[in-house]
Amino acid sequence: MLPILQIRQVSKRYSNHLALNQVSFDVEEKSIFGLLGPNGAGKTSLIRIINQITGPDTGEVLFRGEKLNSSHVERIGYLPEERGLYKKMTVADQVMYLARLKGLSRKEAGKRMRYWFEKFDMQGWMKKKIEELSKGMQQKVQFIVTVIHQPELLILDEPFSGFDPINAQLIRNEILELRDQGATVIFSTHNMGSVEELCDQIALLNKSEKILEGSVKQIRKAYRSNIYRIAFRGNVMGFTHALWAGAELIEKHTEDDLNTFTVRMLNNTKPNHLLEAVLPSHEIVSFNEIIPSMNDIFIRKVSEESGEFGTNNSFTE
Amino acid sequence: MNKIILIIGREIKSKLYNRTFIIMTILAPLLITGFMAFLIRMSQSDKTEQRVLVLDESGLFKGKLAGNDYVSISYTSESLDAAVESFSDRQYTCLLWVSPTIVEGGAGASKLFYRKSPGFGFQTYIRDQMEKLIYEYKLRANNIDPDVIVNSKTSVKLILEKVNEKGGTEEQSNFGFFGFINGALMFMFIIMYGMMVFRSVMEEKTNRIVEVIVSSVKPFQLMLGKIIGVAVLGIIQFLIMGVITLVLTTLLSTLFLKDIKIQLKAFEAQQELVKKHGTNINLQNLEKFDDKLQVFEVLQKIEKIDFTEVFLCFILYFVGGYLFYSSIMAAIGSAVDSEADSQQFITPVILPMMVGYFISTKTMIDPDAGIVFWGSMIPFTSPIVMMSRITSGVPLWEIVLSLSFLFLSFVLTTWLAGKIYRTGILMYGKKTSWRELGRWLFYK
Repeated sequence: MLPILQIRQVSKRYSNHLALNQVSFDVEEKSIFGLLGPNGAGKTSLIRIINQITGPDTGEVLFRGEKLNSSHVERIGYLPEERGLYKKMTVADQVMYLARLKGLSRKEAGKRMRYWFEKFDMQGWMKKKIEELSKGMQQKVQFIVTVIHQPELLILDEPFSGFDPINAQLIRNEILELRDQGATVIFSTHNMGSVEELCDQIALLNKSEKILEGSVKQIRKAYRSNIYRIAFRGNVMGFTHALWAGAELIEKHTEDDLNTFTVRMLNNTKPNHLLEAVLPSHEIVSFNEIIPSMNDIFIRKVSEESGEFGTNNSFTE
Repeated sequence: MNKIILIIGREIKSKLYNRTFIIMTILAPLLITGFMAFLIRMSQSDKTEQRVLVLDESGLFKGKLAGNDYVSISYTSESLDAAVESFSDRQYTCLLWVSPTIVEGGAGASKLFYRKSPGFGFQTYIRDQMEKLIYEYKLRANNIDPDVIVNSKTSVKLILEKVNEKGGTEEQSNFGFFGFINGALMFMFIIMYGMMVFRSVMEEKTNRIVEVIVSSVKPFQLMLGKIIGVAVLGIIQFLIMGVITLVLTTLLSTLFLKDIKIQLKAFEAQQELVKKHGTNINLQNLEKFDDKLQVFEVLQKIEKIDFTEVFLCFILYFVGGYLFYSSIMAAIGSAVDSEADSQQFITPVILPMMVGYFISTKTMIDPDAGIVFWGSMIPFTSPIVMMSRITSGVPLWEIVLSLSFLFLSFVLTTWLAGKIYRTGILMYGKKTSWRELGRWLFYK
């Protein structure tokens, strides 16, 4: 199937720095796509190009196989990271205005507005001015104006920042529902938890370049490094001896009589070999593989690229 | 196109329902006409009733001082002390004492005693009569008939007729002050509406709503919609203000200027008579308007102004000048994060307008000076300067040429402004310099 969005060797330069360098990837239809990267990696620049707010210096972006043009604007919905609304305008006026700028007729815009306000239980707020609304309420309005024209492609820049947990959950459910109804969602974030939970595919940008791309499952599989966690009761000494040949102890933790060891299998040692060795003498409570989280992968990839290891606070949640 | 109309609509609606805007629109003409009425009222003589008791020791004025509707005059010959003591008990408002040596003049030759201060108009009224009587007395003492002097005085009035290219002539009002007011109003309005565009752009930027909007419309469309919206708003405001002012001034002028207009009619009829018959007619029978001549002149000048032309030009130059400057203001509004940062950009923009304003003061003295001509051609100053010289008879080709310059440069400034605007609205937290603005012009 033709991807809904194809980014082809897009580069963008601002006066003194390169914001995007030959970035290419595809976004499959009806998927949730995560655009990841530390601050300043070029995510917002790329999003602005997809929204036709700016144009690429070189390269091109295809929407359903067509080169981006102004007719696509009405098929895309965009929630910027820095959000705002006209403070003095009433909620209804605001939603109508922005919906009609997206090409909806007055009648259609009115109908959809009522639908969303009912859904979010906000009918009583239509005549209020934005400045009279609570922050959470404003965010709901902001979300409504993003999706009111039923965009085929929804671009959300840090959608959960600034939302309280209840609203964040509400938005999360809406995103999934929209996806199920056939919309494609691109969302940019550095909240890795939500990436694991929501995204099908990701692309990781760092320093203006794409450094990783693929499905979340495959990437996590590719980055797994034979690490297991085993919890047991019994003699620690004997357990360590049993490990000795085929596995390396990374971390150990003891609480009361329960020991939790994190180990990496060496050479071709299989988890079963380890279990066979310790089973006769120890009581095994749990055993599981540690698959690296997206957060670990993110940190590892970005630090590798930067040529330094260790954590970088800029992308921890 | 449809989207621009939506933007224009929002812009108008957001301001039109704004309380300050409504109050401004109604209050400004009220204040202006009220102020004018106040000035006119102040200039007219005071209407408090004055009962004057005259103690004339010179014998020069007895029975000769004239009263009017508000001033009544009585004479007495009692002693000064007695009169001073008792005049107010006898219901007189003031006592005029004239010394026997009044003809020689000097300070203290005449005194006015009062309880309640007599107005300046009343003082002038009495003093003028006394001076005239002394003057006539002195002429007679030298065997000169005062009528001879009066008849030999001729006031000369220059009527200005501009000769146009075809050799025809047209009478000009050449009312320099009116022109200056026009220029000043233009200056005010362009700044006012220019700032409105500036604020509106900055508001969207600091609100952060702009990114949502430019994902639906092109930044240039947004800027243009905003500029046109405020222009439409300005014209609506103009019309409302114009109608209110017109109604008020008609009302006030029938109230305050009725007498003077009747007098003006009589004066004009009289002038016609003199033109027809020469000075042969008996001047004694003519009413004298010497003290009103200046007022008449102003009224006649006002009557000669072609208000339709002035109004039309005002609208055209306002639209042109506004578009020219507001696109620059929009670019500046997009480049700054707060009003405090904007000074360095706004000052150089207002400067040429100030120059235009100063040139328009020059127009009052010398409407055909070279600098005035060039000022009315160069788009930076032309709206202000051209309006200031409009009543001195500007050939049509000059107006057409200057308007074409203005509208062409508007296209240029808007195009440049659009390029700056596009980049500026998405730039945050960076103090912008002129050099930076220049660089934005070349972004793709």
